[in-house]
Amino acid sequence: MKGILKLAYKLLINDRAKFTALLVGITFAVFLIVQMTAMFSGTMKRASATVLNLGASVWVMDPAVQTVANTIGMPDYVLDAVRSMQGVSYAVPVYTGVALLKLADGTYQPVSVIGMDDSTLFGRPQLIKGKLEDVYGENAFIAVKDAEFRKLGNPGVGTEFQVNDHRGVIVGVASVPSSGLFGIPTLYTTYGRALQYLPNPRFTISYVLVEPKRQADIPAIKQQVQATGYLAVTRDEFIDRITDFYKYQTGVGTNLLIMTAMSFIVGLSISGQTFYTFVLENLDKFGALKAMGAKRRELILIILFQTSFTALTGYGLGVGLCVLLINLARLRLPDYAALITFWNLALGFFMVVIIAAVSSYFGLRKVLRIEPFDIFRG
Amino acid sequence: MPNLAIKATNINKWFGEGDARTQALREVSVEAAFGELLYIEGPSGSGKTTLLSVLSGILRPDSGSVSVEGSDIWNLGQDELAEFRLHKIGFVFQDYHLFPRLTTAENVAVPLILRRMPWGQAIPHALKYLEIVGLEGRSELPPVKLSGGEQQRVAIARAMVGQPDILIMDEPTASLDGDTGRVIVEFVKTKFLNERRFILIVTHDARIGDFATRILRMEDGRITGVEKGVS
Repeated sequence: MKGILKLAYKLLINDRAKFTALLVGITFAVFLIVQMTAMFSGTMKRASATVLNLGASVWVMDPAVQTVANTIGMPDYVLDAVRSMQGVSYAVPVYTGVALLKLADGTYQPVSVIGMDDSTLFGRPQLIKGKLEDVYGENAFIAVKDAEFRKLGNPGVGTEFQVNDHRGVIVGVASVPSSGLFGIPTLYTTYGRALQYLPNPRFTISYVLVEPKRQADIPAIKQQVQATGYLAVTRDEFIDRITDFYKYQTGVGTNLLIMTAMSFIVGLSISGQTFYTFVLENLDKFGALKAMGAKRRELILIILFQTSFTALTGYGLGVGLCVLLINLARLRLPDYAALITFWNLALGFFMVVIIAAVSSYFGLRKVLRIEPFDIFRG
Repeated sequence: MPNLAIKATNINKWFGEGDARTQALREVSVEAAFGELLYIEGPSGSGKTTLLSVLSGILRPDSGSVSVEGSDIWNLGQDELAEFRLHKIGFVFQDYHLFPRLTTAENVAVPLILRRMPWGQAIPHALKYLEIVGLEGRSELPPVKLSGGEQQRVAIARAMVGQPDILIMDEPTASLDGDTGRVIVEFVKTKFLNERRFILIVTHDARIGDFATRILRMEDGRITGVEKGVS
């Protein structure tokens, strides 16, 4: 069996022009498919950064909220109501908003501000400089060291700025799992200071973050929250909600689908046609093999091996090219939002399998139909 | 006939349908013994290639039977028939049908690979046969770098490498000049033919007729004459 596979391998790669054309087609298709979906995954991860970074199990919000960026304030009684619900271990408020900072050099910089519950500091980031308790100090803020950090002038502990004519001072530098989507730095402070320093509407709680006593309590908590006219979702459901918003209500999803489909069609066309031509050119040789005594399953094995080998090589090259491009892009653009996930790779692989299967089908159909007698007849 | 290699009885074969239906073989019966070099001669369209295909297990006749070494080959299943061809018959096709992307040695090794011989054993074996046909220095070249006569010899080496009992050659001299054609047929007769082997050559090249032990003449799907050749 190994000998037949080696024969198939040599027949394939020794035809360098066709093999290259096949590889280019599949590599290009995989690259586009993985790149498109990686950009989408990266964008979605950034869009859900606050949800990922704060890490609460259940989020209570106004039902009209679609993304973290567009919060609708809730009255304080919602927090009290949630705290009194059955199955709730604890619940804390969180504030999310945007402020305009005046930096020491006089330039203005918009920032995302997250106000953590004063008493628990629930959702606090991991400090890499400074002390957490200093956030209770006067005018204290913690700066997040992510891709946007440099826009604050790379501040250290003690760096001062102005926010709405209030003095602010950096008391710590922290890291978080994910940067935000909109390319602005993030500051953490206490919930009370956020309300005090930033202009606010009547209702001020952006979200109530809930930790249930047990996972099994979540459905009951959701029902109780719904009875108050608000919405409770788990962390994963909130991320899905944000993803759905970008997918279906901004056109991002449709564009992605179109680009992915186009990549697939381009790859399928190039590879399918090239492989078919490859088979046609060797058709008389396959007929000769049949005449000499090659069995049907051996011819199937040769064709399947050739398409699988090309598809897997093209897949590896396509993924490698995508990783290379993303890393090169990040050298120049630290904010570049592209993330290769298992699902991106699985989708790319699935599409490559389809390309290989379709190419094999047309090649096999031709090879299995050739009669050895046609070889004698010329 | 003693030492019978092939026996075909009352073979009929039609092609096409309706008005286009034509009979390619009409009640053809042939017997051939091991040790023979049998020619089938005749004009184009006389049914030579059809008969060769039926006798070698490639084309199923519409009626009649073909026995090779006493076994009716058309009672075999598809895979068994393939096995029969792989082990019993060596083919030399008119256009050689060598793989242009394989080296000469790899081309010769193909029947051994199909017999599941490991690549590492098949290539040295193929090299021996290339030596037999006088192409030992050409083993790493692709067939396109060889002359027509050399390609023919590669095809012969490929047909012989599995040491089959029967060698079937379709118009072996069609693309060769007269001298080369004679050299090739003489070479095959010398190197392959013995008491346990049989060679069947389809040709309409009168220049090589003197090598045959027997010549069957065909016309319009029938055997119209038998000539005794050299012994």
